[in-house]
Amino acid sequence: MATTTSRDDETDRGPRTRNEHARARGRAWGGAARWLIPMGPALFLLLAFFAGPILWTVWASLTNAALTGAQAAQTEFVGTANFERLIADTRFLDATILTVLFLVGCVFGQTVLGLTLALLMRNRSGAVRATVGAIVVGAWVVPEVVAGFVWYAFLEREGTLNALLGFFGAEPQNWLFTAPLLAVVLANIWKGTAFSMMTYSAGLSEVPDDLKEAARVDGASSFQVLWFVVLPLLRRTLATTLLLITLQTVQVFTLIFVMTSGGPGSSSTTLPLLMYQEALRMGDLGYGTAIALALLVVAGLFSVVYVWMLSKEEQR
Amino acid sequence: MRGTPRNTTRVTAVAALLTLIAAGCSSGAERDPNTVRVAYQKFGTFIAMDSLMRQVKEEIEADDPDVTVELHAIEAQAEDYQTQVNLMNGSASEAPDLIYQDTFTINQDADAGYLMPLDEHFDAWEDADLFSEQEAEAVTSLDGTRYGVMLGTDVRGLWYRADLLDQAGIDTPWEPATWDEVLDAARAVQDEHGDDVVPLNVYSGTPAGEMASLQGFQMLLGGTGGGLFEESSEQWVSGGAGFTDSLEFVHTLFDEGLTHAPQDALDANIGTMNNEERFPNGDMAISLEGSWATQSWIEEANQPWPEWEEYMEFTPMPTQNGEDPGATSMSGGWALAMGANATDPDLAWEVMTAALDRENAVKFAIEGGQIPVRTDVAEDPAFLEESPMAERFAELVDVTGFRPAYSEYPRVSLAIQEAMEAVMLGEATPEEAAELYALELESIVGPDNVTDGS
Repeated sequence: MATTTSRDDETDRGPRTRNEHARARGRAWGGAARWLIPMGPALFLLLAFFAGPILWTVWASLTNAALTGAQAAQTEFVGTANFERLIADTRFLDATILTVLFLVGCVFGQTVLGLTLALLMRNRSGAVRATVGAIVVGAWVVPEVVAGFVWYAFLEREGTLNALLGFFGAEPQNWLFTAPLLAVVLANIWKGTAFSMMTYSAGLSEVPDDLKEAARVDGASSFQVLWFVVLPLLRRTLATTLLLITLQTVQVFTLIFVMTSGGPGSSSTTLPLLMYQEALRMGDLGYGTAIALALLVVAGLFSVVYVWMLSKEEQR
Repeated sequence: MRGTPRNTTRVTAVAALLTLIAAGCSSGAERDPNTVRVAYQKFGTFIAMDSLMRQVKEEIEADDPDVTVELHAIEAQAEDYQTQVNLMNGSASEAPDLIYQDTFTINQDADAGYLMPLDEHFDAWEDADLFSEQEAEAVTSLDGTRYGVMLGTDVRGLWYRADLLDQAGIDTPWEPATWDEVLDAARAVQDEHGDDVVPLNVYSGTPAGEMASLQGFQMLLGGTGGGLFEESSEQWVSGGAGFTDSLEFVHTLFDEGLTHAPQDALDANIGTMNNEERFPNGDMAISLEGSWATQSWIEEANQPWPEWEEYMEFTPMPTQNGEDPGATSMSGGWALAMGANATDPDLAWEVMTAALDRENAVKFAIEGGQIPVRTDVAEDPAFLEESPMAERFAELVDVTGFRPAYSEYPRVSLAIQEAMEAVMLGEATPEEAAELYALELESIVGPDNVTDGS
């Protein structure tokens, strides 16, 4: 199609202005085709595997789709019934609060720990950096199921933590039962710190040494250099990293599922676990997908805050 | 990139090719009509079905080398197993030809169009007469169509370690006549053995899932004369005295420490740990458990316990105050069903009958700790020898109850598990938990479908 358009261009004998218009249009077409066609496969894949499922989710949340029963054979459109049920459901409210707590706990812990490690690792010898890096990144590389099981084995009643505490005469307890949310938050921080550490290390290496030196010459203490020079320069990296960790954390399922299955009771049932219970355990796909969309909203709200932080910074 | 016409054409061609490949991937290959795909559960102590299907695969493939029996052993808890099979059923090219099916979900799955009616095949089968009436009831949907053939059924009652009860000064064989006698025995065990032995296990709370609802709560509720569903009015029953009393029983157990610590009771692996570790090690005295518990101890088990017959005894669960008929039980059972999209129904039926024939049914009844539904298997000397409890189980068949097989049941069951959990953790009194259950029930089935049972 691009070829015919360009040939038409050459044979066009119209007035000069019209000719130029057509030529511009032809060029635009050719230009569009030139990037659109090579992009085709990627676009197709994106639409089929990314936009497709999202659209399906939106559609399913407006129906009574189910895994089995008569509703599976004849799925009907039910409008906003699933969302009305969602708002009235106390389980959903509890799960949303738990998700926010989990999110805030993980993001805060991961950021503080990751940044501290990155700062401590500056100007250390190669051997120290390599050792610490390998240990921290090891946690990041371990599959989620394995990480979940490692923490389960560590915290359960006959686990390592109780064996250690036993030396000091502490009564053994199942930490996954007494402090389930704290347990999964710790496990997730342990697993995710490497990511924060790596991005902050990269960000820190971008901070020009002469600025720090200048501050030091002016008599600033190390803490003041960090607070007034380094961190402000790191703000964009911070916002981007926060955004990424939030999106990773809000969808954590495997880790929690392996460690506590959302229990005891529902005291560690975050939205992804609730979604699983409703959609797959109860077979209520329509309601489950409505929860999935609610999860999207939670993640979206947090993202908006970070993006707003970032843009505010750029305006200054 | 310089966009010469030739270049553009080449790019277009590549794009078209990629699109074709992508489309080709999604259109699913044709099923081979000579392959029979079987989906079944293999989990924890339950390996009998795997053992049975391997045997059948060998027999069928030896008879006819053209035929392949494709085994899909799904390693998951019952609830997750059903989810996975339903997901397979959602796509015609992925659906299994034969399904190991909880008879309890036959109505739902038939409604969903996942199952093939089997009336014609079954009626023409020479062994059809050997199957009991209860079998026919369990695999027939509400509209009267047969959707499967049952492999075996079960009952529930009290398993106990005679030696531990003896030491606690309780006469064995132990035959409690009321709930109080059961609790007294547990108290005696507690006095004698202290913290070393769990006196009485009653599955409770959400992690135990359906075990808590069926082996635990409904075994109690059945003994109070109450029920979850009133057949005469076709309404669900909210609360009632029996409901609160059953929760009170759970409360007593946890309050007096007559059972596991809540954190152990809420471990999802409690069933496996009870039967593979606590009973054989003598760490647990009594357990309200299914008749199939023997499958954890026999030779073919993960961790055989050859001496189990010397230690373990089974006694029926009494009614609350010894009301008639004196004992109570609940039953379930699993069947083989055929997928609605089976590529060759006649071949699938052949595989199915091979799994259900006398020889294999005996094997499954022994290894799976099942109560046979074929009369010839129930009388088979091999079965009777390997199942010393068979007679005790058979006594319960007359008093046993079934779950209400409606699609709301899984949610109602979860509400029960939550009520139990609230009581065991001391978050609610039995009365409060029963009230919460009543509210939850109304929101699940609708206020019009609920009666207070009076």
